[in-house]
Amino acid sequence: MTKRKLFLTALAIGMMTAAVTETALAQDKKSDPNKEQFIPVLVYRTGPFAAGGTGIPGGMMDYFELLNQRDGGINGIKLVWEECDTAYKTDRGVECYERLKKNGAKGIPFIHPMSTGVAYALLERATKDKIPVVQIGYGRTDSSDGRVFPYSFPLLTNYWSQNSAKIRYMAQILGGEDKLKGVKIVNLHLKHPYGEETKPMLDAMAKRFGFEVTHIPVPWPGIDQKSLWLQIRQIKPDFVINRNWGVSCTVPLREAARIGFPRDRIIGVWWCGAEEDVIPAGKAAKGYITAAFHSVGTDSPVIQDMFEHVYGKMKGNVSASRVGSVFYNRGVVWGIISTEAIRLAQKKFGVGPVSGEQMQWAFENLELDAARIKELGAEGLVPEIKVSCFDHEGGGRVRFQQWDGKKWNMITDWIPSYAKMVRKMIEESAAKYAKDKGITPRNCAA
Amino acid sequence: MFVLEVFISGLLSGVMYSLVALGFVLIFKASGVFNFAQGAMVLLAALTFVRFIEMGIPLWLAAIMTFGVMIVLAIFIERFLLRPLVNQPLITLFMLTIGLNYFLEGLAQAVWDAEVHGLDIGIEDVPWVGLEQATGLLISMFDVISALIAMGLVIILSIVFNKTKVGRALRAVSNDHQAAMSVGIPLNRIWVIVWAMSGLVALVAGALWGTRLGVQFSLSIVALKALPVLILGGFNSIMGAIVAGLIIGASEKLGEVFLGPYVGGGIESFFPYVLAMMVLFWRPQGLFGDVIIERV
Repeated sequence: MTKRKLFLTALAIGMMTAAVTETALAQDKKSDPNKEQFIPVLVYRTGPFAAGGTGIPGGMMDYFELLNQRDGGINGIKLVWEECDTAYKTDRGVECYERLKKNGAKGIPFIHPMSTGVAYALLERATKDKIPVVQIGYGRTDSSDGRVFPYSFPLLTNYWSQNSAKIRYMAQILGGEDKLKGVKIVNLHLKHPYGEETKPMLDAMAKRFGFEVTHIPVPWPGIDQKSLWLQIRQIKPDFVINRNWGVSCTVPLREAARIGFPRDRIIGVWWCGAEEDVIPAGKAAKGYITAAFHSVGTDSPVIQDMFEHVYGKMKGNVSASRVGSVFYNRGVVWGIISTEAIRLAQKKFGVGPVSGEQMQWAFENLELDAARIKELGAEGLVPEIKVSCFDHEGGGRVRFQQWDGKKWNMITDWIPSYAKMVRKMIEESAAKYAKDKGITPRNCAA
Repeated sequence: MFVLEVFISGLLSGVMYSLVALGFVLIFKASGVFNFAQGAMVLLAALTFVRFIEMGIPLWLAAIMTFGVMIVLAIFIERFLLRPLVNQPLITLFMLTIGLNYFLEGLAQAVWDAEVHGLDIGIEDVPWVGLEQATGLLISMFDVISALIAMGLVIILSIVFNKTKVGRALRAVSNDHQAAMSVGIPLNRIWVIVWAMSGLVALVAGALWGTRLGVQFSLSIVALKALPVLILGGFNSIMGAIVAGLIIGASEKLGEVFLGPYVGGGIESFFPYVLAMMVLFWRPQGLFGDVIIERV
């Protein structure tokens, strides 16, 4: 036998031994699937949006870990999860969904698509599979109408609610709704379905309150916006809405500094309101304001628990320095909402792993009041929510935060949206979708 | 006055595009290969630079150390990727750079991280007050200094390519690998030099763009801005890269401001490509590219 053959034989034997050992160990470790709740976690660890793609899932997985470490899971049912990296690509998001959807004793209970594009792509598939598509702070706005979209949950606050609350906040700054008349607002938005989504809402509000809105699209990737800001300088707006994502959120802050536009008159979408959006802009970001649907920082007892029960046991899913950051806390909020729904499903259908169909009922009946939020140690972190068959948003209130050069500070309490106006537009859009797709809306009163 | 302001800000943006385009031109001049990995090199250089600074290393030393890393990368690329492929078809080398691009993107983020880092190289990004008071034009000091740095780099590179022995050797290698080797030009060393120079350009581009955008993955996308510059200026002309950058920068800004509103806006991303394509019909080699004459 030549040396080469000898080496290859030894290598093959080694690999076989390792495989057999690993299988044996896995058998030993294998736990009872009826004592575990499987949850899929979509992430994007590299690429232009990695800050959000790691921070949010990181916070959510840490919350799952916290429940396991501190409480032994939910009613004794351990939470287990598997990550799937989508690279923020819709096709890979769909692939992740298809690969994971049958995992766990009863399939997956829900999915957080982590991107509006993936949410749109999954809507019909997931409805057919009876798996709730949970979109907290993003996703398809008109799917707030649960009669037409039974398996879509754009929870807490959708984009239209957010934008109407922004207008209410601007009115507060100006001294009343009547002061909006004649005001000039520039909607600086990504030239992308996500960026375009709020245009009808802003147009309708402009008509109602008499302000002037100019939509200026930012071509992807938005790394150079000089020409757009020269146009803005010509318009001389009172406010600029920064509706971008990733690096295109940061660029407007620098451009505004160059032309001397006050940063406290730039109101960003909450996807442009993380530390990663402002730190690269340096001093130019000071004073910048964005919408938010949760608080930041490490003050909440639940975030403090992370240090003790998760990071203290070296079980964290992100760098400990990110705990309390915007994206991290957003992930914790997602984790709280998701697990509270699991708890409710267990209450209704019995303790054990729950299915997507059971979770659909749970999300539709989810209510988190002030007392429960306090009990969870998430006071101020999570807003109150009450979902129903009719209303899959369940909230609609927004807070505003301002960057002081070092950290975000909450500068308002919860500001309500123009709920009636938003709801009317949602119903019109959902009805059109139902007509196009031949869907008969559910009767929620039944 | 507004038109002038748009025009000047376009020119200054164009210089920043040229800076990235230069890296492509260098590799193309020496090997006839379009280096698909140039954007990833910008990302790697900027991430390495900013992480060294975050470790408390002074700015100047961090820059030198990063250049050192780019030289090591150049040696690695020559030794393990290019040398085994000498005299292979150019398309093979091009495919190699595609692979290299994804490898470097992954390596940069794996070795350092995928987070966003602020970078301050000490140049204020604020309007030039004196100019504003004198003319009413709002031009950023950062843009002016960036343009000067880019111009300086172009002058140095032009001298290296046209007035030195190394430059002549680079041009010979570009024309024919085998012929260059037959007259004693050390192909391997030339390739290391040119990839290292391209790494230096990537470092300067990464530092300037990183200061504006933050050091993050999006820096690799900056390369997209250089493509129409290369098409317009020609792939093998340093002067072409700078002139085409100015043309592209000015025309995309003027197009966005004055044509954009009539077609819904957001034309800045494709307008330069339309312009570059139009030039291709007239001069297929670009404005400053060498005319290729094939004899049968």
